[in-house]
Amino acid sequence: MATTTATRHSRRTSKTLLEPTGKELETYEAPKLVIPVDPGRDHIQGDPKAILTLVEYGDYQCPFCGAAYPEVKKVQKELGSKLRFVFRNFPLTNVHEFAQVAAETAEAANVQGKFWEMHDFLYEHQRTLGDNSVALGYAKKIGLDTQKFEREISQHVYQKRIKEDFMGGVRSGVNGTPTFYANGVRHDGPAEAEAIIESLRAKS
Amino acid sequence: MKTISLQRNRRKRISQTRAQRVGGKSARRNPSILNPGRKAPNFSLNSTPDQKVSLKDFRGQPVILAFYPADWSPVCTDQLSLYAMVMPEFKKFNAELIAISVDNIWSHLAFAKDRKLNFPVLADFEPKGEVSRKYGAFKEKIGESARALFVIDGEGIVRWSHLSPDGVNPGAEGILTALDQLAKPNA
Repeated sequence: MATTTATRHSRRTSKTLLEPTGKELETYEAPKLVIPVDPGRDHIQGDPKAILTLVEYGDYQCPFCGAAYPEVKKVQKELGSKLRFVFRNFPLTNVHEFAQVAAETAEAANVQGKFWEMHDFLYEHQRTLGDNSVALGYAKKIGLDTQKFEREISQHVYQKRIKEDFMGGVRSGVNGTPTFYANGVRHDGPAEAEAIIESLRAKS
Repeated sequence: MKTISLQRNRRKRISQTRAQRVGGKSARRNPSILNPGRKAPNFSLNSTPDQKVSLKDFRGQPVILAFYPADWSPVCTDQLSLYAMVMPEFKKFNAELIAISVDNIWSHLAFAKDRKLNFPVLADFEPKGEVSRKYGAFKEKIGESARALFVIDGEGIVRWSHLSPDGVNPGAEGILTALDQLAKPNA
């Protein structure tokens, strides 16, 4: 009886020898950014010709992006003029109900020359994202034409651009938010300043 | 008891020969999961307590199979919620996505609802890991499916496969490139 069972078992396993080896990292190559940085379109902070480039695909409502926000500031402070930082939209609207309108809010500030002010404000006020009057109040404070600002958001003027950012991200292997690219290669390490700086220096 | 020890020995021998093979030529390709060109083994697994989904139901259209370790991975946006967002792109290729893990059906149902998943999530629960194993995507030691992706063509042949290293979420880029290739083989 025992023999029969063993034979039957071996017949089965002989067909199913395959199993992950755990050595996948040895041949692993991180995905690359397929949409090059375009100073005519992208939101760039720092010298557009800097030698190091950090691209973030982010979602304003994502708590992990909120946690990464001060880390990016640290990276910028550390690397100074050697770094240009690019932010692209990746709103995960199926899990974050306010992410899309937040992205549209930042884009509406962008056409009035205040993208980074609004970007920072949104990350610093993630908890108030559901209340549009908060961003509107800030828009007024920084001197935006609030009528134009509000109209563009309500008419979803920047929806197409945000969608383009999103799909470009998907094609580059964005796998959640935030996803960073250090000099064009996906940074798979933690979203912390030290790890990001290491990636930027290693891949320069 | 005797049976168990026989099985154990057998398994040991298998792992030895496997170790030898991995060091050889095959190491350059995916040594473990089903490679392109192979026939995708059919399966029939529960998607709800009283509904089953079979691979052969989707003959004639591309199928994306996504094996993953576990429901409820503790990240903000996991691989599957990303796929739910990218679903309209998959649909442009008339492709169906099927996700599989060893979690039971009740866990899957709650998980799919929470993450707003818009594709079937199948339970490779009993016998545990049987389907994952057929695709070379089962980790015997920890008893979970690996993060392995397969793109299967309309004839049921694997056209692309990818095994992610532990802890690396592959995203959707490889799948879309494979679907591009399938749609325009000469491009």
